[in-house]
Amino acid sequence: MSEHILEFKPAEGFRARSKAVVDNPFLRQSFRGAMDFLMSKRAAQFPDAEELESLRTLGERIRQYNLAKLPTLLEQLEAKLTQNGIQVHWAETPDEANAIILGICHARHAKLMVKGKSMVSEEIELNHAAEAAGIGALESDMGEYIVQLANEKPSHIIMPAIHKTKEEIARLFADKVEGVDYTDNVDALIQIGRNVLRQKFLEADIGLSGVNFAVAETGTLCLVENEGNGRMCTTAPPVHIAVTGIEKIVEKLEHIPPLLSLLTRSATGQNISTYFNMISSPRLAGEKDGPGEVHLVLLDNGRSQAYADEQLRKTLQCIRCGACMNHCPVYTRIGGHAYGTTYPGPIGKIISPHMLGLEATSSMATASSLCGACGEVCPVKIPIPELLMRLREEAFTAPHANPAMVGQGAGYSWLMTSVWKGWAAVYRSPSLYGVATWLGSRFSWLMPSKQGAWTSVRVPLKPAPRRLRDMLRERG
Amino acid sequence: MSSRDRILSKLKAKMPSTVAALPDVTGWFATHRVVESAADKASRFRACIELAHAEVHAVTPANWLTTLREILRTKGLDKILVSEETTHGCAVLDEFPAHGIDCQVYDMAIEAWKTEMFNATPASLTAARAAIAETGTLILWPDAAEPRLMSLVPPVHFVLLDASKIYNTFFEAMQTEGWANGLPTNALLISGPSKTADIQQTLAYGAHGPKELVVLLLTEDAQ
Ligand code: SF4
Repeated sequence: MSEHILEFKPAEGFRARSKAVVDNPFLRQSFRGAMDFLMSKRAAQFPDAEELESLRTLGERIRQYNLAKLPTLLEQLEAKLTQNGIQVHWAETPDEANAIILGICHARHAKLMVKGKSMVSEEIELNHAAEAAGIGALESDMGEYIVQLANEKPSHIIMPAIHKTKEEIARLFADKVEGVDYTDNVDALIQIGRNVLRQKFLEADIGLSGVNFAVAETGTLCLVENEGNGRMCTTAPPVHIAVTGIEKIVEKLEHIPPLLSLLTRSATGQNISTYFNMISSPRLAGEKDGPGEVHLVLLDNGRSQAYADEQLRKTLQCIRCGACMNHCPVYTRIGGHAYGTTYPGPIGKIISPHMLGLEATSSMATASSLCGACGEVCPVKIPIPELLMRLREEAFTAPHANPAMVGQGAGYSWLMTSVWKGWAAVYRSPSLYGVATWLGSRFSWLMPSKQGAWTSVRVPLKPAPRRLRDMLRERG
Repeated sequence: MSSRDRILSKLKAKMPSTVAALPDVTGWFATHRVVESAADKASRFRACIELAHAEVHAVTPANWLTTLREILRTKGLDKILVSEETTHGCAVLDEFPAHGIDCQVYDMAIEAWKTEMFNATPASLTAARAAIAETGTLILWPDAAEPRLMSLVPPVHFVLLDASKIYNTFFEAMQTEGWANGLPTNALLISGPSKTADIQQTLAYGAHGPKELVVLLLTEDAQ
């Protein structure tokens, strides 16, 4: 067998980035420590296994019920929001979403946009688009603010700066924030961020936020947060733009309490977040504050592709709690940046292929030990390991007509498939197996000493000089 | 075809034909959450919100103003933002200036005094509409009298809560009050002072909202 057949080749960048993190003991310690912290906080919130199980089942049912009615609910949400005075926009692609958002900014001659935490705004790379259009886009979630100051991207969907130590943040603030001396006192650092950003909340022309849940029956946008920056962004500036994926919708208000409970307990181990902010209209006549204009941008970006397939649709049940990454042995070792996608970890592996195509992401589904931890903790019971298997199949089977996904077959290799077909044939037929093992034991000296990834950390594989069946025959 | 129509038609083409059963949220809460007495709810509420770093003071209609004044004094605060359109706000306005406490009122749209709100408003007082025992949560429905920024921008937020308005759960609150029939511009659940753990998982209070949340828990008789 030649050397490169045994060589497993994920997308170049992914492999190199993973290796860099694995080789960095400080980063590994950061992630290990943070994940242990989040796992134990979550476990403490679910002392009763029956309660957890039944709540997860309820959460799953709620998400599936709402996804089953998705197009109808989107129409209902649009009608209700419009009636409430909130303007609804639709975008199929990130570019379109950016154009809509920047269009609103231009109409108001906006110079500064303050942003609450929004993974969808990361997904569409809004900050770059805004900058190119001459509009300042400032992150206001403490973690996001730190990451933006460092010119990086979030490495975790709930805790964006989880890869940074307080000393690194202290140096960053001393270098980048005017008039700040080095301090690694966390309270002092937070106060520095608070003071800088308060001024910005006061000045900003636009507040941008994500959405955790949108309620169709009342036309309400719900935001979960602890810091209060989400409330600032949605209350202080004269215009509020919310951006969300089309899947984050529920029909009924009563669907919110179970999902909220699952979200905060699974994400950070809190029984509830400090703030749960429900917005149903712009400022009404007589009210003294709040934005006069509220917009909602609904983004598809590959979600409708996932929706079209009954199994892949389950991907859209996600409430973005991050528990799957907190419990993932791969994420814990390689961190969020190695994936190179907006959403890292198990959820990233199953959602990114729909956003970016399988060609760019075919290796992601293979970077899993299929240990099943993600599926076990997912509060809405997404069968993540099953979906990973499905994505492997989509990526590595020969391209065929009417594929379920863009880039189907991107990882397909004729040679690899033939080798595995040959292997299967040999193992199905006793006589072929006999011939193959006879040849193997005779010509074992032909095996190369370098066997790709296998020999990078192990001794080379070599068939035994004598076959098991021969030895058994001798023993009688 | 617009993006809207394209997205909707893609989804509609693949919408499942069978309708899933409506999830039984009511049934789940009936079997998994306790219904407690008023006293138990009050103490659960208090324990939970204190755990989240809020300060709780039991008060009565007779002594809440004195208690509030006392707390302001111990915190070194000599200025408070109140509403002139609520009875509790008016009570403060009537009494506090004589004691040397400056009372600001939210009597005009924020555009006229945004800088002052952000830079020179150290404390505020609002009422809570209700509360939730399970999670130690205050429910606020800001309105023209007590606008949204009042519970957000001042570093110390005082909240007057009538102890008889504590629900067992968020679900019970929204069902009992019929929220599905209509929500205000902004409905809020607040469960402590603003906080963050974004720097090395170390909890710090006073991220962007109030650094301190003080609840005046109002009951008819002193406890
Ligand atoms: S896939 Fe499940 S566990 Fe992962 S972020 Fe989404 S809801 Fe949470």
